[in-house]
Amino acid sequence: MPIGGRRRFIQGLAIAGIGVGLGFDRAARAMDAMPSIREIAGPAIDLGIGQATVNVTGRNRPAVALNGSVPGPTLRFREGDVATIRVTNSLDTMSSIHWHGLILPADMDGVPGLSFPGIAARGSYTYRFPLRQSGTYWYHAHSRFQEQSGLYGAIVIEPRDGARHACDREHVLLISDWSDEDPESIYAKLRSRSDIYNYGQPTLVDFVRDARAKGFGDAVAMRRMWNRMRMNPTDLADISAATYTYLVNGASPAANWTGEFRPGERVRLRLINGSSNSIFDLCVPGLRLTVIAADGQDVEPVVVDELRLSAGETYDVVVEPTDDRAYTIFAQSIDRSGYARATLAPRVGMVATVPPLDARPRLAMRDMMGAMGEGGDHGPMAMANHARTEYGAGSDMRVDMPRTNLDDPGVGLREREHRVLTYADLRSVGGALDHRTPGRTIELHLTGNMERFAWSFDGVKYSAAKPVHFRQGERLRIRLVNDTMMNHPIHLHGMWSELESPDGAFQVRKHTVNVQPAQQVTYAVTADNPGRWAFHCHMLFHMEAGMFREVVVS
Amino acid sequence: MRRLLAGMLLAVLPAAAFAQAMQGMDHAAMGHHDMPASTAPALPQAEPSHDAHDMADGHDMTMGPMQGGSAPANARSDDWSDGVDASSMHGMAMHDMDDTAAVGSVLIDRLEGFAGQGAHGQSWEIDGWYGNDTDKVWLRSEGERIARRVHDADAEVFWSHAVATFWDTQLGVRVDPGEDADGSGRSPSREWAAFGLQGLAPYWFELEATAYVGAAGRTAARVRAEYELRITQRLILQPELELNAYGKSDARREIGSGLSNVEGGLRLRYEIRRSVAPYVGIAWEHATGNTANLARDAGRRITDRRWVAGVRLWF
Repeated sequence: MPIGGRRRFIQGLAIAGIGVGLGFDRAARAMDAMPSIREIAGPAIDLGIGQATVNVTGRNRPAVALNGSVPGPTLRFREGDVATIRVTNSLDTMSSIHWHGLILPADMDGVPGLSFPGIAARGSYTYRFPLRQSGTYWYHAHSRFQEQSGLYGAIVIEPRDGARHACDREHVLLISDWSDEDPESIYAKLRSRSDIYNYGQPTLVDFVRDARAKGFGDAVAMRRMWNRMRMNPTDLADISAATYTYLVNGASPAANWTGEFRPGERVRLRLINGSSNSIFDLCVPGLRLTVIAADGQDVEPVVVDELRLSAGETYDVVVEPTDDRAYTIFAQSIDRSGYARATLAPRVGMVATVPPLDARPRLAMRDMMGAMGEGGDHGPMAMANHARTEYGAGSDMRVDMPRTNLDDPGVGLREREHRVLTYADLRSVGGALDHRTPGRTIELHLTGNMERFAWSFDGVKYSAAKPVHFRQGERLRIRLVNDTMMNHPIHLHGMWSELESPDGAFQVRKHTVNVQPAQQVTYAVTADNPGRWAFHCHMLFHMEAGMFREVVVS
Repeated sequence: MRRLLAGMLLAVLPAAAFAQAMQGMDHAAMGHHDMPASTAPALPQAEPSHDAHDMADGHDMTMGPMQGGSAPANARSDDWSDGVDASSMHGMAMHDMDDTAAVGSVLIDRLEGFAGQGAHGQSWEIDGWYGNDTDKVWLRSEGERIARRVHDADAEVFWSHAVATFWDTQLGVRVDPGEDADGSGRSPSREWAAFGLQGLAPYWFELEATAYVGAAGRTAARVRAEYELRITQRLILQPELELNAYGKSDARREIGSGLSNVEGGLRLRYEIRRSVAPYVGIAWEHATGNTANLARDAGRRITDRRWVAGVRLWF
C-alpha cells in the first residue's frame, strides 16, 4: 500500500516540514525508503479516486488520492494512440479529472457542469480520446477543492516520431503546494482577511531601514501612492509557506526527492507546476537549463539559468551535469516565503547546498501602472478598453496603459545577474498552427478586489457572467489586460493559446498564459473544437472566487 | 413610523454624501497627484474591427482614475456571448466554482480588563459577519462591565451591502440595553434604526460612520476610525478613535444633546497567530458638552484614563 509506505517515510521527518534546514541528515537517512511516483503506461489505464491519509509535515491529514498516491501516478502515453482511461470514484462526493493541456473532445475534458456530468459519487466514467500531441502535461481534479487536496499528477506523451532532442535520461518534476489546513478553511480565511498568510508586509522597521538608506522623504514617497490606493506592494502570493509546504513529486524539501544521473548524460527534466495557488522560480545552481518545450510544445532551444513556472505551466529543460556531484533543484515561491527542493545526484543520498531564499521582492510601479510606471519609451503602447462593469465594487484598480512587452521576467527576477527565461525567449518550433489573421478581438480584463478576495473577468464573477462565444471555425484574438497587482496564469481548455509578440507576430503556443500585473497579452485562438469549455485563472483560489468563464464554441 | 422613515432618510443623506466624497477623494487623489490625468495621445489601433463589439472599441483614450469613478458612457460591454446561453448544467458548475458562497467570521477586537482613574472593569468590542462579498449580515457589539454591572453597552445588527470597492453601506438596528450602573434603578433601554457606511479610506484608515434614529425624535451618530501600524510582522500598534453624538438629551440615560463623548485608544498587540493576539494599551474616555455637564452635576468624572490589557481573537 503506497500510502502506508509514504506515511512511515514522512513520519520519520516530522520536524522537517516546519524547519526544512534541520531536516537534511534525516532526509539522507530516510532516502532509501523514498517512494517514487509510480508510472502507468497507456493507452488503457484504470484509475481510482479515493480518500487517503498523507503525512507531509508530521501530522496525518486527509487527502484525495489517485490509485492510493498523492500526487497520482504519472501517466505515460504515445502520440497517435487512443487513450482509454476508466476512472472509478470511491468518494462520497462528485469528482472529476481534467487533462490539462490536452486537445480533446469537450465531453472528455473533465469539467463538471460544462460538457461533462462529473464522475458521480461511487460512480465511474470512461474517458476516451485520441492523443494528437506529445509532450509534458498534467491532470487534476476540477471539482471544488479536490486538486488542493491532492488529486493531480503528471502526463507524459511520447512523440510518435521520436524525441526532437535525444536525452539519456529523464525525470518528471511535479512541483506543488500542500497545506495541512482544509482548503475550504483556507478559502474562508482569505475571504475574511485576504492578507492572512502574508508575513512579508510593509512594516515600520522596513520604513526606518529605507529612511536610513534613502532618506526620509524618499521612504515616504515610496509608500505614499501604495498606501493612498490601499494597495500592498508585498501582495505577491495569497497563500504562503506560512501554511504551505512546497513539494517535488510529493516530497517536502526535507524529504528531498532525488533523481539520478551519470556524469556526462543529457538529462531531460519535465517541470510541471501542479500547485493550487503558487508560482515558483526554479534554478539548478551549477547547471544551465536548455528550455526545449513550453506547455508540452517544442520551442527553439534557449539556454537560461532560471525560469518562472506559473501555476499550470510546464517546461521541459535539458541539463548536462558533467561532474560527479549532487545538484540542488531549487524552486522558491514568488513571495520567497518558502521553496520546493529536489536533488539531481549520481547516487541517492548525495546532497548539494540549498541556496538561501532571496529577500522578498516588492511590486514596482510598473506592476501597478503598466507602461506609465516604466518611465521613458518602452516600445509599443496599448490603451486598455475597460468594461463598464469594471467600475463597481468587484474591481480595485484599472490600468489604462498596460505594458505589452514580454521580455520582463517579472517581479523578483528583474535584478538577476544571470539569464532568466521570459515569454519573449519562447518560439514554437514550426510556427503557428493556423496562419489566418485573427478576425476579431475579444478583450477581457483580469479584475479583482484584494480586500474582499473577489476575483473576476471584467469585474463580473462567473456566477453572474454570460458565456464567451467563439464562432466555430474562426480565428480570433484574445486580449487580456491585467487590472490587478497579482500574476494570473490564464488557462483556456480545449484549444491552444497562440501567444503574440507585442507587434502581433506569432510567438509561442501555450495552454496557460501568465499575465503579469498591469500587463496586456494577446493570443490567437482557432475555434475549431466545438463545445463548452472552461477558461480561467489557474490560481485555483482565484478561479473559485470567480475568475472563470464558460467559453462556447458553436 | 413615518417619522422614523423621514429620520432614516435624513440619516442616509449624509452617509451617502460621505460615500460620494470618499470615491471622489480616490478620484481626485489619483488624478492630481500621481497620474498625469491628461489626455493620452490617440494611438492608432492596429486592430481590424469586424463586428459590433470592436466598433465599441472607439473609446476616447482619456486616462481615467485608477480606482473608483464611473464608467464613461462609451465603455465597452462585458458581454461576449452573442446571445448564447450558459450551459444547462451551469448550476452544477457553481458547486465547483462557488464564488458567491457565504463565509462567516467573528472578530473579538477587544476583550480586556481596564484599570481607570474612575473605575476598574472589563470591556469588549466584537464584530461578526456572515455572507458573500456583496451582502452580509453584520453584528457588532461593544460595552463595558464595571462592578459586575454592564455599562454603556450596545448591540447592532446590519445588512451590510458593498456599494464601492472599499465601502459597504449598513442598514439595521441598534439596541442599548437598560442599565443600573450605580444600583439606583434601571435606566430605560433604547432602540434605534441605523444606517451607516463602513470601509477602508485611502492610507488604510478603517472608518465607520453610522446615523441612528430612535423613538420620540431621538437621533444619534457615531464615527469610529482605526489604523493598524505594523511595527513588525506580528507586533502591531492600533490607534482608535470614537465619537458619539446625540440629537437630544436623554436625562434618564445621562446623555446630553450634542457631541457626548470622545474615546481614544492605543493598543499594542502581538499576533502569536493571526487569530490570537494579546495586547496592552491605554485608553481615554472623555465626556463632552451637555453630557459632561450632566456627569459633573452628578459628581462623576468626565475624563478617565485607563490602562488596558486583553486579547484580540479572530475565528
